[in-house]
Amino acid sequence: MSAGVPNHASPAALQVEKPSSLCMSFAETLELDAGDELPGFQLAYQMYGELNADKSNAILVCHALTGDQHVANQHPVTGKDGWWSLMVGPGKPIDTDRYCVICANVLAGCMGSTGPASVNPATGAPYALDLPVITIRDMVRAQARLIDALGIEKLFAVTGGSMGGMQALQWAASYPDRIFAAIPIATAARHTSQNIAFHEVGRQAVMADPEWCGGQYLDKGKSPRKGLAVARMAAHITYLSESALHRKFGRHLQDREALTFGFDADFQIESYLRHQGMTFVERFDANSYLYLTRAMDYFDLAKDYGGRLAEAFRGASARFCVISFTSDWLFPTSENRSIVHSLNASGANVSFVEVESDRGHDAFLLNEPELFRTVSGFLRGAARVRGLEP
Amino acid sequence: MQLATMAANPERVDLEVVASFVTPGSRVLDVGCGDGALLKLLQGEKGVDGRGIELSQRGVNQAVAEGLSVIQGDADRDLATYPDGAFDFVILSQTLQATRNPRTVVEDLLRIGRRAIVSFPNFGHWRIRLQFISQGRMPITSNLPYSWYDTPNIHFCTIKDFLGLTEELDAKIEDAVCLFGNGHRLTQSASWTVWNLLGEQAVFVLSRHQPQMF
Repeated sequence: MSAGVPNHASPAALQVEKPSSLCMSFAETLELDAGDELPGFQLAYQMYGELNADKSNAILVCHALTGDQHVANQHPVTGKDGWWSLMVGPGKPIDTDRYCVICANVLAGCMGSTGPASVNPATGAPYALDLPVITIRDMVRAQARLIDALGIEKLFAVTGGSMGGMQALQWAASYPDRIFAAIPIATAARHTSQNIAFHEVGRQAVMADPEWCGGQYLDKGKSPRKGLAVARMAAHITYLSESALHRKFGRHLQDREALTFGFDADFQIESYLRHQGMTFVERFDANSYLYLTRAMDYFDLAKDYGGRLAEAFRGASARFCVISFTSDWLFPTSENRSIVHSLNASGANVSFVEVESDRGHDAFLLNEPELFRTVSGFLRGAARVRGLEP
Repeated sequence: MQLATMAANPERVDLEVVASFVTPGSRVLDVGCGDGALLKLLQGEKGVDGRGIELSQRGVNQAVAEGLSVIQGDADRDLATYPDGAFDFVILSQTLQATRNPRTVVEDLLRIGRRAIVSFPNFGHWRIRLQFISQGRMPITSNLPYSWYDTPNIHFCTIKDFLGLTEELDAKIEDAVCLFGNGHRLTQSASWTVWNLLGEQAVFVLSRHQPQMF
């Protein structure tokens, strides 16, 4: 067992040092936006499908805030299907019979890539809050190292929803010559004030839990489960739409005939949220949640380019397909459309589809046939131009 | 030949004319591109680098699913975001009359395209005039089948009206075709007045009179 992992470590904690996936260590330092650098780092990743001879069929999938590299396989901790198994697989819209799909756990994540729960080589103890704050650009920088190491010069496509979409946009800005196509989904080029506000609520919930111990809970053998669960509950509401919530739960009572006039979970929605919170803490590290929400808050792509988003995409030769959902109020169509406008202004080749769905932000993870048709059609068109054999 | 099959649909015979104006290998923006039929045709037969804008979600989704580069949007709102001279041809087929600000839209077409190709139904056609005079009600024809209360067409114009707009905008008419019946063309020697009376649809190719200073 690696140093720093307590003996009572949960299945999730074991993933931090020894992930149930591929894993690559990088000995060279990684410069970070925070001004610091990581002396070295590791990325846990998955690959599906085969790289072709000239390595031109690779699609990088970037995961969202609480996602991980287990896109299309059974999750090692929860036992559930991968988070995008409807989208990625043989014969699926992102067809692994045709493309080689790569997904890495983001930097600051907790499923095997270097994050706050990882051992700090300088101390032999978990980094906790000693890990510099990581940005979306840092995550992408680390991914680029992985793509280098895999010998891939140019990705056929990069895609992802929400925070994954932010990474796809960052790829287009940072490495315009290294992607042939990009599919940012349900995302934004900046986190809005409202987005930051919700994240701050979540972080405060974590930090208010006495078991957080100023971030040192791993050393002390504790875990801010209650705080993290509340954070997840609050966040989960933002991923759904009012109408979807109402359709699913209404005002239905949970396993009871009448109100109890108390503070038990009388309503199904309460019970559902509590369940979401409790299962989340089984698989996620609290400090990692702080770091990743912060990375999203700090994301403002235009800011790095003189306040003009179009400048970020200047010189972008990639084909873009931006996708939003009608009922997504967390990353609404308006934010996605402003990405499209900036891409237009920079002369990029862009498609934009707004998918009709009442399932809110989470729609990008769900069975949305229009989303699948759009992604497969766009990829087919791009593959034709790229000269990839079907 | 696909152009010929397209002409079999008499309501969209203008597309055949529009396509004939586009030079091979050029950069084309089709505003109001529907399901992308024209773009697909131009890509396949003329090897253009084509993009589209379409209001209806169904049209956009269908076009993108076929690998075309199309965004969901409309002429009034989204043209402003394109840079000057971004395209060789900007096409607005049968859409002008449905825009909120036709003048601004045509200005934008001229700004972002080297050539603007505009096709529109001629509200000055004799059958429309006759219907209005004889019945005293908003005309309904096979080309314009909507009742006044549910029509997307809020800014009809005649060929003469359109000519007036080109003059106001100081646009140069590079070419023009006037269609009637099942895709028959009126000769260019006929006067504007004759076009305005007999033409059911008109297709104009415009350019900026003065090359813009970039």
